[in-house]
Amino acid sequence: MTPTTLPTPRMIPDSLRQKIESYVPRYPNKKAVTLPALHMVHSHFRCVPYQAMKEIAEILEITPAEVADTMSFYGFFPQAPLGDVRVWICRSISCMLRGGDELLEHACKNLNIEPGQTTADGKLTVEFAECLGICDHAPAALSDDGRVFGPLDESSLQKMLDDLRKGPIPLEEL
Amino acid sequence: MPKFEPVLSRNWNDPEILSVKRYESKGGYAASRKALTTMSPDQVVDLVKASELRGRGGAGFPTGLKWSFLPKDRKETFMCVNGDESEPATFNNRYLVEKDPHQFIEGILIGCFATRASTAYVYLRFEYIKAIKILEQAIAEARAAGHLGKNIYGSGFDLEIWCHRGAGAYICGEETGLIESLEGKRGWPRIKPPFPAIEGAFRKPTVVNNIETLACVPHIVERGADWFKSMGTPKSYGPKLYTISGQVNKQVCVELPLGVTTNQLIEEHGGGVWKGRKAKAAIPGGISMGLLTKDEFDVPLDFEEIRKTGCLGLGTAAVTVLDETTRIIDYLYNTSRFFAHESCGQCTPCREGTGWLYKTIKRIRDGGGRIEDLDLMNHLANNMGITPGTTICGLADGAAWPIKNAIAKYRPELEQFIRENVNPAARIAPVQEAISAGRSPLPSNTSMFVPGIGIAKSATS
Ligand SMILES: Cc1cc2nc3c(=O)[nH]c(=O)nc-3n(C[C@H](O)[C@H](O)[C@H](O)COP(=O)(O)O)c2cc1C
Ligand code: SF4
Ligand code: FES
Repeated sequence: MTPTTLPTPRMIPDSLRQKIESYVPRYPNKKAVTLPALHMVHSHFRCVPYQAMKEIAEILEITPAEVADTMSFYGFFPQAPLGDVRVWICRSISCMLRGGDELLEHACKNLNIEPGQTTADGKLTVEFAECLGICDHAPAALSDDGRVFGPLDESSLQKMLDDLRKGPIPLEEL
Repeated sequence: MPKFEPVLSRNWNDPEILSVKRYESKGGYAASRKALTTMSPDQVVDLVKASELRGRGGAGFPTGLKWSFLPKDRKETFMCVNGDESEPATFNNRYLVEKDPHQFIEGILIGCFATRASTAYVYLRFEYIKAIKILEQAIAEARAAGHLGKNIYGSGFDLEIWCHRGAGAYICGEETGLIESLEGKRGWPRIKPPFPAIEGAFRKPTVVNNIETLACVPHIVERGADWFKSMGTPKSYGPKLYTISGQVNKQVCVELPLGVTTNQLIEEHGGGVWKGRKAKAAIPGGISMGLLTKDEFDVPLDFEEIRKTGCLGLGTAAVTVLDETTRIIDYLYNTSRFFAHESCGQCTPCREGTGWLYKTIKRIRDGGGRIEDLDLMNHLANNMGITPGTTICGLADGAAWPIKNAIAKYRPELEQFIRENVNPAARIAPVQEAISAGRSPLPSNTSMFVPGIGIAKSATS
């Protein structure tokens, strides 16, 4: 009997596939589109599961292992969705000197999670970050929709968490 | 000296400047037109060489010289613009992109013309969400207005600029880490030589320049090398964006001639040390640089003088102020944690070294320190990096420097901390203690090979 492999349903829709392909002419080879493709897939699904890695590999004519290798090097791409909003609280020098480490602890305690975890209602993921390049706002935080917060203290931190739990804002409003 | 007139930041108060029309109406793109239509690429390189512009990304390498390293017979050249900006406390590149993107695009255009690169990739860290949006919009407008694309200004020169987003890795700011990341691989720096000018992105001759470096170029073309050299200190010319953050009243980015002092920055721009306190120390340009003690606050913050204080260099000119209540051990805890997190893991001295330094400092901070840990850390720090020749890139030097520098400048404080903060629970395990004292950690009548000691016999035999 010949083994039959069940076709896995495709995950990347045609429109997204075309968008990825439209980046190919920008670079001398297809592999260079890996990072842009990961970003595009990530903004579509808010994660990059293995099936998507396989499909990116197919579009870019490389192996899924190459996509996984690149993707896993960076801290940014989860394989399953995180909260509706991700927020990074900076722990690097200028923020730390103004209480950043304590704010991170405070936020997590308040939400009853550890850094890197998502609230039980799935609305918010709190992560630590190294310098976010917004040290003029230190101690600072950044949400993945592009909002910059700071200088934070305990009360503005609370307000930030409340705002973030209302969901992301569109890019146009930045 | 004539009064300093800001150029890089001159449009920052004008929100309309994001549009190409407005930028043109203020004289924008005149320098690129001048370069492309009245100068040869080599003339632009010579002009930048004559200005003695030095790279603003951290190393201070002369820009014109870097451009002249490209092979004469090259067919294709790439420009990689370094906007990874991840050195803690640095945010001047973000200001340049968010507040005047066309100035920066004009700089890329002239830089690419000079180096004959027809494709430029702007590598921006993904966290700069707003800056990326502004830059993509500005690139599209510049293209529509004829400043990018084919046969620009009828000069026969073509250029496309693409924005390439990072994904959260400090090491992708190292020029060959950036190139690897651009090529779709993990951001592992390459062994040099070959340097990017010979073999860079996609194995082609490549120039890597910082955003601020390129933003200086239109002004040099417009006003000349002598104008540029009228500002600054010997071997450090031109305007510079300094950032001030940490324990000061106002955290800002200001443009000043190269060579201002830490005192000037704190008092005239940072609003003084916060909470009415006095300063203890300052980091001159990102945490890789080490510390200036408060007695060194009158040293010019330029490429040359600052090195005489035992700091690694000017770095990114990101000044972070520590007030008198801040403990050096907490500063070291923070810097070592950063480098342990950001080492790319390729070279053993860096991967293991940054981890060991972090663990040792954490143990000291928790009350389990020993005076000899300071010598151990010094030893380790002296043996990791490009300088001792044990690693591929300079991250390891940057990780080691704050340690060496703090032990040299603040040893009494660190020793006092170790003596006064004793927590038996935080001490190293008896096995480790025995090994480091040259004793065998084993039961009697046994022996084993212990690296660094040789055959160790049990303590009783
Ligand atoms: C670990 C490490 C991180 C770096 N990060 C950056 C960075 O974020 N931005 C930057 O412009 N240069 C960075 N550099 C310096 C670059 O390797 C390179 O020297 C610089 O981009 C060259 O541009 P310039 O000559 O215009 O300064 C880094 C270097 C090292 C060793
Ligand atoms: S020195 Fe460190 S960061 Fe640089 S290549 Fe080696 S392991 Fe990576
Ligand atoms: S140190 Fe926190 S944003 Fe830079």
